[in-house]
Amino acid sequence: MENINKNLQSDATVKEGKLSTKERLQIKRHEMPMQDPQERIKNFNEVPFGYSPEEAIEEAKRCIQCKSEVPECVKGCPVNIDILGFINLIEKGDFLAAAKKIKETNSLPAICGRVCPQEDQCEKLCVIGRRKDTPSVAIGNLERFVADYKAKYGNLHFEVNSFINPGKNKKVAIVGGGPAGLATAGDLRKMGYGVTIYEALHEIGGVLMYGIPEFRLPKDILLRELQILKDMGVEVITNAVVGKTVTVDELLNKKGYSAVFIGTGAGTPKFLNIPGEELNGVYSANEFLTRVNLMRAYNKNEYDTPIKSCGNTFVVFGAGNTAMDAVRTALRLGYHDARIFYRRSRKEMTARLEEIHHAEQEGVKFDFLVNPVRFIGDENQNVKQVECLKMELGEPDESGRRRPVPIKGSEFTTDIEGAVIAIGTNANPIVPQSTPGMELNKWGYIIANEETGKTTKKGVFAGGDIVTGAATVILAMGAGKKAAASIDEYLKIGIW
Amino acid sequence: MYEIIEKKNLGEGMNVYKINVPDVAAKARPGQFVVLRVHEKGERIPITIAGNDEINGSITILVQTVGKTTHLLSELSAGNKLADVVGPLGIPSEIDNFGTVICMGGGFGIAALHPIAKALKEHGNHIISIIGARRKDLLLMESEMKEASSELLVATDDGSYGAKGFVTDVLKKLVVDNKRIINRVIAIGPVPMMKAVSDFTKSYNIKTIVSLNPIMIDGSGMCGACRVLVGGKTKFACVDGPDFDAHEVDFENLVNRQRFYKEEEKAAYECHMKQHHSNM
Repeated sequence: MENINKNLQSDATVKEGKLSTKERLQIKRHEMPMQDPQERIKNFNEVPFGYSPEEAIEEAKRCIQCKSEVPECVKGCPVNIDILGFINLIEKGDFLAAAKKIKETNSLPAICGRVCPQEDQCEKLCVIGRRKDTPSVAIGNLERFVADYKAKYGNLHFEVNSFINPGKNKKVAIVGGGPAGLATAGDLRKMGYGVTIYEALHEIGGVLMYGIPEFRLPKDILLRELQILKDMGVEVITNAVVGKTVTVDELLNKKGYSAVFIGTGAGTPKFLNIPGEELNGVYSANEFLTRVNLMRAYNKNEYDTPIKSCGNTFVVFGAGNTAMDAVRTALRLGYHDARIFYRRSRKEMTARLEEIHHAEQEGVKFDFLVNPVRFIGDENQNVKQVECLKMELGEPDESGRRRPVPIKGSEFTTDIEGAVIAIGTNANPIVPQSTPGMELNKWGYIIANEETGKTTKKGVFAGGDIVTGAATVILAMGAGKKAAASIDEYLKIGIW
Repeated sequence: MYEIIEKKNLGEGMNVYKINVPDVAAKARPGQFVVLRVHEKGERIPITIAGNDEINGSITILVQTVGKTTHLLSELSAGNKLADVVGPLGIPSEIDNFGTVICMGGGFGIAALHPIAKALKEHGNHIISIIGARRKDLLLMESEMKEASSELLVATDDGSYGAKGFVTDVLKKLVVDNKRIINRVIAIGPVPMMKAVSDFTKSYNIKTIVSLNPIMIDGSGMCGACRVLVGGKTKFACVDGPDFDAHEVDFENLVNRQRFYKEEEKAAYECHMKQHHSNM
C-alpha cells in the first residue's frame, strides 16, 4: 500500500499532459459493449465488440503513468509488455505506434488481449486498481483494441519485418504450434534465426485453434496473427507428429537444426474413471471443443465433422476456463439447459471471473458441491442420466482449498443428453517417449529449467504446459520467450 | 505432397490408393495408420497403412465407400491431391518369433493384416493365414497374402470360394479337429468377426491380438474420442493401440461407440449423393 501511495504522490507532482492524477482517477472504467446474452447464445460470434477509438483514448487516460522503474502492471505480465508505453501512445491517439510498441515483446497481441487472465496479472497489480474505489485500467481491452485497429488500418507486413534482425546462419525447430511454440518462434525469427514449426494437426495454433471457441477468439483474428508469423518467415510444417513422423533426434542430427524447442502442451484428457464414462454422449472437453473449433462443427453447412447439436440438458463437469468454454458452446449448439456440475463451491472455481459472468448472463446454471459417481445409458448405450453425490467442504487439501467430502446417502440422478468432462489434462506421451536422454518428472512432464527452458538433453529446450502441466496461454508464451532468449545464448556461445 | 499416384478400383466401392507421402512411407511399420482429410472442410478419418514403399515415398491404403468422406475419396483419381495425411500413427504391431501364428483377416481387415503377416513371416514364424469375404469376387489381396503366409486358407460366406462359412469356422477346425498348436492369433476385420475369434481363442487360452478402429479425430492422444475399454480400463486406440489383447477388449462398447454418429453420417451421405446426382 505504501508503494501505491508513493506512486500516486510522485505522479501528482509530475503531471502528464493536461490531466492531473486526480482527474484521471475520476474517469470511470470503460467496459466494452457486448452482444446481448439472449442473442449471442444463438450464434458463435464474438461476445464483446471492442472499444471505439474514443473509448480507447478515454480508458487510456485512466492510466496514471506510474514512475517506478518497473511499473507494477509490467511485473504482472509474463511477456513484459511496455504497458505504460503503449497506453501513453493510445492516449495521444497514435494507435499504430501503440501496436508497434506491444509487438516489440508480444507476437500475438490480438490473442492476448482476448484470452489472458488480466485480472490475475497486469490488472491485478495496477496501482489504481489496488485503491479502494477505482478499478484497474482495462489493459487487456486496450491491447485488444490496438491490435484490431492495426489489423484494420496498419501495414502489418512492413512493420513486422522491420523487427527482423539480419539472418543468422542457424535454424531452430519448434515442436508444436501452440502458444509456447508460437512465442518462441516469433522471438527467434526476430533475432534472425531460421525457424520451423512442426505441427501435429492440419492447422497451427494449438489450444487457440482447437480449444478456445469462436465466440472468445474468432478464427479470423487467430489466422491473421498466425499469418503475420508466417510472413515474418517462420516456416510451418503441418501434419507432422514429432515422435512419429520425425523424432527430436532426427531434427538435431539429420535435419540440421541447431536446437529444438518442445511446446507440445498437456493435451491428453483426464477422465473421471467412473462407470458409464464410455457411453455415447460423454465427451472429453478436448474432443467436444476440437469437433466444434478445429473441425468447425459450428459451421455444419460447410464442414463435414458431425456433432450432436440438440437436446435438453447438457452437463459439464469442471470449473475452469475450459469448462466454461464447453458449457457455453453447448448452449450455442442448441442445448436448452447447459449446466456446470462442480464438486467444490463457487469460491474454488478456477475459471476467469469474466467467463463465469458471461456464462451466467447466458443462462448457464451452476450446481456446486456435486460429484458424479456413474453415467447411465439407454438401450442404445447413449447417455441418459448421471448419478451424483452431494458434497460438503472439509479440511484444506494439498492445493490449500477445502477438500470436498461426499455426504453419505445423498445420491441423486439428473436426466442428460450430453456431458463433457473438463477436469484437466495429462502430459501427451508421444514426444517424451520417443526422445531418449530427456528426463521427465513423475507425472510425465518434461523437466526443464524454469528460467532457461533447458531440458536434460543437450540442444533441447521445453516450455509451456508440457513442462508445467495445464496452465494459461500467456504463461506458455512467457516460457516460450524465456526459452527463445536462452536458445539465442546457447547458439551464440555453443556451451550447454 | 499427398498426391494420389495410383488408384485401382476393386469393385463394390472398394479402392486401393498409392499416396505420395515420403515421411510416412519412410517410417511406417506394420499395424500403424494414418489420419487423412480429403478436402479443406472435410473430417479427419483414420485409415490403416496396408503397405509402404520407402524408395518411391508412397503408402498404400484400401478404402471402402461407406459415407460422404469415403465417397469423396472414391471420386478422386491419380494426380489428385488429398488435403492432409498424417502418420504413421499408433504403436506398431509386436513383431517377434512366436512360433506358429494364425493371421485372420475379414473383408477390409486383410489390407491391415498383410504387412503384419509379412513381417511375422520374415521373423521366422510359421504363418497360417485365414482370410474371408462375403463371396469370391470380394476377397482382397489373396495372392499377396499367399506370399506372406506359409499356409493360406480361405472362407466365403456363400461358399463361392474356399470353405463355406466364416473364418472362425476354419480356425475352429484347425484348433479342435486338427489339434494344431497355435502360439498366437492376429485377427483384423469387422468387430463381430474379431469378437467371435476372441471368444473362441479365449476358451483355448491362445494369445490373440486385435486391431481396433474406433472413431478418431486427431489420432495423437489429444481428444479421447477413440477411447476403448480394455481390461476394464480406458485406453486410447490412437496412442495405446490400435493393437490390443483381444481377451481384454470390450467389443460391445466398441460397436456402440462406432455408431454414435450413424444418423448424422447417413444424413450427410444422402445429402451429398443427392447433390452428386443432380450435378451429373
